Amino acid sequence: MAIWIEEDAKVLVQGITGKQGQFHADKMVEYGTQIVGGCTPGKGGQSVDLQGKPFPVWDSMFEAIEATNADATVIYVPPPFAAEAIMEAADAFDTIKGEGIVVCITEGIPTLDMVKAVAFVENRPGVRLIGPNCPGIITPGDGGGAKIGIMPGHIHAKGRIGIVSKSGTLTYEAVAQTMSINEGQSTCVGIGGDPVNGTGFIECLAAFEADEQTEAIVMIGEIGGNAEQEAAAWAKEHVTKPIVGFVAGATAPPGKRMGHAGAIISGGKGTAEEKFAAFEAAGIACAKDPSELGAVLLESLKAAGLR
Amino acid sequence: MNIHEYQGKALLKANGVPVPEGVHCTTVEAALAAYDHLGSKVVAVKSQIHAGGRGKGTLYHPESREHVMDGGVKIAFSRDEVNTYAANILGNVLVTIQTGDEGKIVNNLYVEAGCDIAHEYYLAILVDREDKSVLIMASTEGGMDIEHVAETTPEKIHKISVDPNAGLLGYQKRDLALALGLTGQAHKSFGKALSSMYTMFVASDCAMLEINPLVKTGDEQIVALDAKISFDENAEFRHKNWDELRDLSEEEDVEIRAKETGLSYVKLDGNIGCLVNGAGLAMATMDVIKLYGGEPANFLDVGGGANEEQVKTAFSIILEDPNVKGILVNIFGGIMRCDIIARGVIAATEALDLDVPLVVRLAGTNVDEGKAILAASDLNIHPADDLAEGAQRIVELIGGVA
Repeated sequence: MAIWIEEDAKVLVQGITGKQGQFHADKMVEYGTQIVGGCTPGKGGQSVDLQGKPFPVWDSMFEAIEATNADATVIYVPPPFAAEAIMEAADAFDTIKGEGIVVCITEGIPTLDMVKAVAFVENRPGVRLIGPNCPGIITPGDGGGAKIGIMPGHIHAKGRIGIVSKSGTLTYEAVAQTMSINEGQSTCVGIGGDPVNGTGFIECLAAFEADEQTEAIVMIGEIGGNAEQEAAAWAKEHVTKPIVGFVAGATAPPGKRMGHAGAIISGGKGTAEEKFAAFEAAGIACAKDPSELGAVLLESLKAAGLR
Repeated sequence: MNIHEYQGKALLKANGVPVPEGVHCTTVEAALAAYDHLGSKVVAVKSQIHAGGRGKGTLYHPESREHVMDGGVKIAFSRDEVNTYAANILGNVLVTIQTGDEGKIVNNLYVEAGCDIAHEYYLAILVDREDKSVLIMASTEGGMDIEHVAETTPEKIHKISVDPNAGLLGYQKRDLALALGLTGQAHKSFGKALSSMYTMFVASDCAMLEINPLVKTGDEQIVALDAKISFDENAEFRHKNWDELRDLSEEEDVEIRAKETGLSYVKLDGNIGCLVNGAGLAMATMDVIKLYGGEPANFLDVGGGANEEQVKTAFSIILEDPNVKGILVNIFGGIMRCDIIARGVIAATEALDLDVPLVVRLAGTNVDEGKAILAASDLNIHPADDLAEGAQRIVELIGGVA
């Protein structure tokens, strides 16, 4: 099963003719993702070569979804146009299929654009937005799978650990930690480091809890906001599977933006200490160091009789 | 990106929000001319820095650090007082609860006409991350620290959440005005000012707009007596005028240079420099250094696709900090290949004559090639297999726990 994205999901690429879009589309095809084409306004009818094969380009997402019956789209559109790309995809999926997954990789989208885009997506309940400013989502398969984003595919393997994280490279670190104890992943979701984004921790936890393939969860948070605290409180009531957690930014000074637009401690709120405390109060096994995630996960699996 | 009060007030005024008349000055002479021009018996002489707590701050001489004056915002009742206050403020260092002990040099002054205050309110507009909407917060407890009000009397803070597709609605403005006890002319004046502020917040891509205090005058007008405004940096591409509003003397020079190269750098107080790819991993690297008894000297994210040149710039920025006694490089290669990073590290250490211990942890794409390249060089580079080992190693190499 896995969550939201099946191994054989059909995927479109918005911004496929751009440098980033084409580079990553090529990597996705190489991994085994079923890319069915892409969309760049004004370049409809052209084709793009990925791994030596031509892929069609459409002018609009309506045309692209009509033609391919795609399940998901991934956005590599520059910040000034990215929020509109999200809304176009959401509208097209909702109108044509009533459902769809929109993954936005773009970093640097104005916050007020995202406020609008998120409200737009929320009015279309069948559509799910992941990101922006995220590595994407990957469901490893048996030889290949669906990699929708910029993560290095080869570090993953199919398995039973669900991973959700705000960060990119720290997610890869978490993946490597599961591999170090011979565990693969069901689905890894990067929800992104922006203050206003689509899918949050709680939706991921709920999906992992409901997913048969997932038997344990790794949750990686960072300073800023209180999404981690809310997720921990929710998990305490609703999640029966073991959760292992880590929060980045314990040493970050207040008031400074730490790379991610959302990673800022303001008014003494959103500290790592607060988040770790919330995790512990919810019975989430915490690693104080990401290199310990594997060991803590192994203990949790043993305690749950899963190893 | 933060702007000064005088810039914020000009923006408010241009958008139809009433503010007291005021003049921006950079010299004592200009402050006196401003006093003459305003023709107000009472004026406020206000230090302009990007930090709160100015009124309760203290001014010191920039070199001798001798105490000059208490209070960075003064009320002057005469021309002589304006002269004294302006001279005491300009060119001196203002230390407030938000500046840290080193304080900030005051180069800008705002001289503002006095105002007949009947009541002080608090008003802020910001993006609420949890609710994913624009939030308006107001309180009858103006002029006070709002965090304190939130803790002690949360019932005195009123909030409205604006639907981005509907905008600020009439009933929301009325409800908020009533919650603040505003009636008659003041109620109308508040509604008008709030509409203007919300429109400006959206049009100018503000991250935060805080007016503390927002005052009701004796003749029932609503006036913004202070203005703390920051912009969402992500929206810079559609606001060409921000370049003029940016006060570079308020930003760390090295942080600006890092940003120009596509690096994200924040200086900290420790002695172990960090060079990492990805913001989350960069924060985690700092945390683990601390966990093993060291102190990080910086946050530095080289991003997802750094090249050899950026790695070199990153090293030179780290080494500008005289406190740095050692460097930990932590790269999880995804799109970025470890062999490229390894070459970048070698090129940088050679070009910069690196003389502090360097620990390099590589993982991910092409890790074996990367490690082989480092091992083959005759440079003094210590490899590490995971983050914990890397952190322990660099802490040992600089002489143990800080």
